[in-house]
Amino acid sequence: MILDLSKLFGRSKTSKDVAKERLKLVLIHDRANVSPQFLEMVKSEIIKVISNYMDIDESALDIQLTKTRSEEGDRVVPALVANIPIKNVKSSGR
Amino acid sequence: MGEVIVITSGKGGVGKTTTTANIGTGLALQGKKVVLIDTDIGLRNLDVVMGLENRIVYDLVDVVEGTCRIKQALIKDKRYEGLFLLPAAQTRDKSAVSPEQMIKLCDELRNEFDFILVDCPAGIEQGFKNAIAGADRAVVVTTPEVSAVRDADRIIGLLEANELRNPKLLVNRIRVDMVKRGDMMTIDDIIDILAIDLIGVVPDDEKIVVSTNKGEPAVTDSKSLAGQAYRNITRRLLGEEVPMLDLETDDGFLVKLKRLFGLRTT
Ligand SMILES: Nc1ncnc2c1ncn2[C@@H]1O[C@H](COP(=O)(O)OP(=O)(O)OP(=O)(O)O)[C@@H](O)[C@H]1O
Ligand SMILES: [Mg+2]
Repeated sequence: MILDLSKLFGRSKTSKDVAKERLKLVLIHDRANVSPQFLEMVKSEIIKVISNYMDIDESALDIQLTKTRSEEGDRVVPALVANIPIKNVKSSGR
Repeated sequence: MGEVIVITSGKGGVGKTTTTANIGTGLALQGKKVVLIDTDIGLRNLDVVMGLENRIVYDLVDVVEGTCRIKQALIKDKRYEGLFLLPAAQTRDKSAVSPEQMIKLCDELRNEFDFILVDCPAGIEQGFKNAIAGADRAVVVTTPEVSAVRDADRIIGLLEANELRNPKLLVNRIRVDMVKRGDMMTIDDIIDILAIDLIGVVPDDEKIVVSTNKGEPAVTDSKSLAGQAYRNITRRLLGEEVPMLDLETDDGFLVKLKRLFGLRTT
């Protein structure tokens, strides 16, 4: 008999969690009516600029086009969200 | 001056026509003068959901082509004061009407009615463009499923691109038992993804099928949970503040929902 350990410990992902995750990913592409190449271009430019001041973890850099509420909260606006892990701030940047 | 509200979704079969019939009847029950326009040319259904299919003489295409006057094509619902239906044509296609013609029609109806509800066909093609052309506000219907939410997101983008700002979300066919065991997205999950305001939640309810069988919208059935949800949505559309959970359902359901939403069940 095979025991499903994750189920035993009650931490298994429910199907709605999977649904939500998949939706979030698919919507990033749906919403970006720009090509993946465009995002890659933006990404490499950002890396170039930031690298002048900090060492960043390029492999972990994550940039996405998503939606957020406008500051007044009355509208949904597109947003570019970048998660850029910094390894070290260069001394020249201080 | 009346207000034009389009009921749309992207994905087919999620409950646009059911919603149009129920909100429309709900508004009439609140004393408003209401006309429902079925823009699903070639696949008309609002007439049967409303139980008015035997009274059609003229339709939407006849009106825009000038074959008849608007008044001649409007079917008066004799059961509810102030409720009218403008049916779609069945033997034509979506290209028989243009967005310009819809704008003109809606503007004329504004003078006569408090609310003009437009039942939008599925898809993002001509029928969708016609349905949203004359609208001031939009209600986006979705179900708690990946494909329906994805399509709703696309529709929200298209509405905003067409200057229809701030569309309201209606989540239809929610099943508490499934949400509870983690097999259906919660309302919060869906709002989190779509980032628009919620106008209401309608449970999956057999009474919807029963009422459609009879051609009597569930909103008129005081024992129907979905009917209660539509009564609340109607009042919210009229600007009333109706608490989202408390009045949505009977007590048993309420307790379950509160737990789902992580609220205290005091
Ligand atoms: N809350 C509900 N509970 C149970 N059944 C429902 C509910 N809402 C809708 N339905 C059923 O789902 C089916 C589709 O509903 P409806 O025709 O309103 O969808 P629609 O979005 O207008 O479809 P279409 O895209 O084809 O125009 C109908 O059979 C209806 O009775
Ligand atoms: Mg329909």
